[in-house]
Parts: sequence; structure tokens; C-alpha cells
Amino acid sequence: MAEKLTPEVHAAYERIHDSEEFTQLRSNYLRFVVPMTVGFMLWYLLYVVCSNWAPGLMGTQVFGTINVALLFGLLQFVTTFGIAWVYARYSARAMDPIAAGLLEDFEREVGR
Amino acid sequence: MNRSDALLAASDSGNHQALTGTLFVLVVLLTVGITFWASRNTKTAADYYAGGRSFSGFQNGFAIGGDYMSAASFLGISGAIALSGYDGFLYSIGFLVAWLVALLLIAELLRNSGRFTMADQLAYRMRQTPVRTAAATSTIVVSIFYLLAQMVGAGALVALLLGVDSAAAKNLTIAGVGVLMIVYVVFGGMKGTTWVQIVKAVLLMFGTILISALVLAKFDFNLSDLLGTAAENSGQGSAFLEPGLKYGVSLTSKIDFVSLGIALVLGTAGLPHILVRFYTVPTAKQARVSVLWAIGIIGTFYLLTLILGFGAAALVTGDAKERVVESGGNLASPLLAEAVGGGSGTTGGAILLALISAVAFATILAVVAGLTLTSASSVAHDLYASVIKKGDVTGEQEVKVARIAAFVIGGVAIALAIPGQSLNVAFLVALAFAVAASANLPALLYNLFWKRFNTRGATWSIYGGLVSAVGLVVFSPVVSGSETALLTDVDFAWFPLQNPGIVSIPFGFLMGWLGTVTSKETESEARFAELQVRSLTGAGAEK
Repeated sequence: MAEKLTPEVHAAYERIHDSEEFTQLRSNYLRFVVPMTVGFMLWYLLYVVCSNWAPGLMGTQVFGTINVALLFGLLQFVTTFGIAWVYARYSARAMDPIAAGLLEDFEREVGR
Repeated sequence: MNRSDALLAASDSGNHQALTGTLFVLVVLLTVGITFWASRNTKTAADYYAGGRSFSGFQNGFAIGGDYMSAASFLGISGAIALSGYDGFLYSIGFLVAWLVALLLIAELLRNSGRFTMADQLAYRMRQTPVRTAAATSTIVVSIFYLLAQMVGAGALVALLLGVDSAAAKNLTIAGVGVLMIVYVVFGGMKGTTWVQIVKAVLLMFGTILISALVLAKFDFNLSDLLGTAAENSGQGSAFLEPGLKYGVSLTSKIDFVSLGIALVLGTAGLPHILVRFYTVPTAKQARVSVLWAIGIIGTFYLLTLILGFGAAALVTGDAKERVVESGGNLASPLLAEAVGGGSGTTGGAILLALISAVAFATILAVVAGLTLTSASSVAHDLYASVIKKGDVTGEQEVKVARIAAFVIGGVAIALAIPGQSLNVAFLVALAFAVAASANLPALLYNLFWKRFNTRGATWSIYGGLVSAVGLVVFSPVVSGSETALLTDVDFAWFPLQNPGIVSIPFGFLMGWLGTVTSKETESEARFAELQVRSLTGAGAEK
């Protein structure tokens, strides 16, 4: 943490930071999480807003006593599970191999 | 003796109390046993603070579930659904969706760039003393609010479940819960606490799935029938299945609801006791796996609260229903268990009631242990080791201070909870989430994603979010100026909402920005490259 880094370790960080692989890793990460975060926040806020200000829509019965409000709520569960699952697959494919390679480089370079 | 006691004594004749008491003792023996078993393997600071980083993602996923699904969720949400219908479900959704913030933005990066506490992650590129002091302050404030909620709830709950309603019994319960949590944390450290949480999560899931299956079986697994019966028995008709019964009254209550919704979804990833759980696994990948498991477990649980809540509305009738109403909904799940077991006075009913009561008790114990450990760690690691001793301490000394701190925090929590029993549990939980979202999340996100962010930005966002969230509540109808307020004979409320999040969260972000741009510090910028490499690749991360 606060401990000062040795010049070798600092250089290793700088070198990795400027490498093409790291740029790729960071861009793969941000390209997924930024739109996804904006997306699920808006989707959640839409649900909150509809619960408040669209009683007619939310109260519409779809089948039996099951109404739009309940289905909309359950859909929030489905999308949460879905996004988690997609992220697990995406990160294993587009992030983990690059991160593992860079970590190996770093450990070889600083000798730990 | 009030009415609920009289009913209780008449209907149950003490049978289930004996059984409930026995199961409570079993829960205590089991968890204390785990704690002493874990204490033999707790030697280093990493063992004490982070369980030696030896848990698998699967284990940690259960522990996160155990840490997160509090009695407020188990009893409070199902109770809210039983009484207010659909509106109670809104909590479940916010509490679950919040995990995507933790999964996508926080868990892995924090695991790679931190060590034992939330402050570690900020202190990586900031000046130690101001940032650690700020982060420790907000850690302790959030944890104390949450701790109070659980302990006040424990007092009320255990008294209700054991059928005693004297003030002395409640005080004794709070003190007993406090002593147990001190034992877990002082002796078991993170290893003991984690195992207590895992056991609790398994018990809670078992109990919830069992009761839900029994409820659904009563309706031949037809959800539509269950909801229809719930709506009919609630006396509200189809409005019971739609949003608005609780929050749709006025524009203010609607805005309050939006404010609550935002705090729930942004608060989770700023709760210190959740953040430290990411340090208990060996790698960032395992941190991700733990959140994936946690989402599965927590999501299943919150789906089932829907069955429990509507089940209680449909199946708990007569005298038992009056008791649910009197308890503010907290007894909905236990009395539902009794109803599906055969009803009051039957052996099946008594067994299931005792079982669910014991699950609720285990739930409270696991959550308070996690909170106490987190505050004690922050006192020892941030305040004592870094701020006071400037890093000149051994791991052994730190752990010793952490144990003393756990003892003191446990004592303070007992001392605050006993006179604080009139506080509303749901309000305390919502406040903890609002403070976490306003004070902690802005600093964490800025630190991970904004190069320019610096020490002044970090302290301003933490103190700004903390003071605005707590301050707005002080001047809200929760504290004065309404019939249900804490202080009824004065009125200094000028902030109309009960939930401060809609104002205090943007304010925390704003102060973080303002502090940053008015400071000339450059060191934090220079170390951003390191932080990025470290957080995304795990290079140089704690092992």
C-alpha cells in the first residue's frame, strides 16, 4: 500500500501499463461493464418509475391473477441472472487469458 | 400481559417454546463450536482479517449470502409483502439488482488492489492518514447503524418467538446476542465468522425452500391461485398484487420510494462488511465466482420471499393473522411455518415454527458477527496501525488491537441497542444503505476509474456523503415532526423524505469531484497507472 515500490517493480507496472495487451484488457473490460451498467441501471429505474407512475400498465392482468407488475419484477431477476451469466462467460474469454499472461510477465520480471 | 401474550399462552401452552429454546441452544453450540475450531487456525493478521484468503469462491458465495441476507430481509420483507402486498417485493428487487454493481465494478478490482479493509483500496494512491481516517469513520458509522438494526430486531424477535414480552427479557436477549458476537469475532476472526455465515446461509436456504414448497403444495403449485387467495384474504382485492399500497399515497411518498430504490441498488457495493468478504478468496477470479454464487443464492432467496409473503397473506388467518399485524409483519414467516405445518397446537406446526425461529436466530448471529469484525478490523488496521502508529506495528499487535476493538464495539452496540429499542429496524437498515451509497461508493468508483481523483476528493466525498445522508435524516420526518417520529414533542423537520439517498448520493459524487479539482496533489495521479495494472491483472496483489 503506502509502502514505496522498488524502482524495478515500478518499472514493471509502467511497462505493463503501456503494453498493447493491457490496453486491450482495459478496453475489453470497459467495453462490457460501462454499457451494461448503464443498461441495467436504466432498466431498474424504469421498473421503479413504472411502479410509481404507471399503475394502469402495472395492474394489467396477463393470465389468472398474474399481472404486469409481477412479471416486470420477475424479469428484473431474469435480467440480473442473465447479465451475471453473460459476464462470467465474457470475462473468462476476453479478460482472463490476457490478465493471466500479464501477471506471468510481471512475476517473472520482478522475481516473485 | 398484552393481547398477543394472552393468545400465545392460550394457544401454544408452552410446547413450541421449549422446542424453540432447544433449537436456539443447538444453534449457539454449533456456532460457538465452529468458532473455537476456527480459532486454532488463526495465527497471522491475514488469517484474522481475511481468513487466510483460503476460501473458495463457492464457499465465499455462501458466506456473502449469509452476511447479506439479514433478519430484516428474512422476516422484514416477507412481512412487508404479507401486510402491504406487492410493495414489499420492491425491496427484494433492489437488494438483488445491487449485486450487479458489485460484480461488474467492484469485487475483482477491490480484491486485487486492497488488503484487509475498504480503506486499503483508497490508501493505495492517496495520503494515508486523512483517507484512512475518513474511510474508517464511515465504515464504523455504517456498521453501527446496521448492527443496531439487527440487535434491536433480535430483541423484539426472540422475545416474540419465545413468548415473553418483558423489557428485561428483551434486554437480556440483546446482551446475549452481543456477547455471542463478541465471542465469534474475538476468537474466530474472519475464519470463524465466515463459517458461521456459511452454516447460516445453508440453514436459511433450507428453511426458506422447505416452507415455500409446503406453501406451493397447498395450491397444487399454481402461483396464480396462491396470489388470488392472498389478495382475497388481504381484504384489498387485486390492489394487493399491484404497486402503490404503501408508497403510492402521495407525490412525496413516491419520490421517497425512488430515493429508497436508488440507495438499495447503490448501497450494497459500498457496505464495508460486504467489501471485506472479497479479501477472503485467493484471486480476483475467485472473487468473481463468489459474487456469481452469491447472486444465485440471494436471488433464489428473494424470489422465495414472494412465496413466503403472499403465502402468509393467504394462509395465516384468525388470531395468528392479528399477531402478524401486531408484530409489524415480522412474525409473518414464523407463523406461516406454523400454519403450513398443521396450524397452532399441532406437533407439525410446533416443529416448523421452532425450526424457522431458530433459522431467524442464526441469521441474526451471522450478520452481527460480520459487522463487528469489519468495524474492529478498520479500527485496528486503519486507525491504530496506519494513522496512530504510522505502520510501525507487527501483525500480532494489530490482531490484538482488533480483538480489543471487537470487544469494545460489541459493548457499545449492546449499550446503544438497549435504549434504542424504539428505533424502526427497516429505517436503520435503509439508512445504512443510504450512507454506504453516499459516502463509500463514490470514493471507491472515482478511485478505480478516475485518474485525477486525489486525497481531498476522497475525504470530501466520504465526509460529504456521510454528513449529508445522516444530516438529512436528522431533519426528516423520521426524527421529528410526524406522528411516528422518534421525537414527538418537537418539530425541526424541513427535509420531506425519509430516505436521503436521492440527494445525498449525488452530493457525495459532487463533493468528490469538487475536492479533486480544487486540490493540486499530483502523486495520486502518478500512481493511477499502477493501480489500474494491479486491479485488472492482479500483479502485485496480496496473496
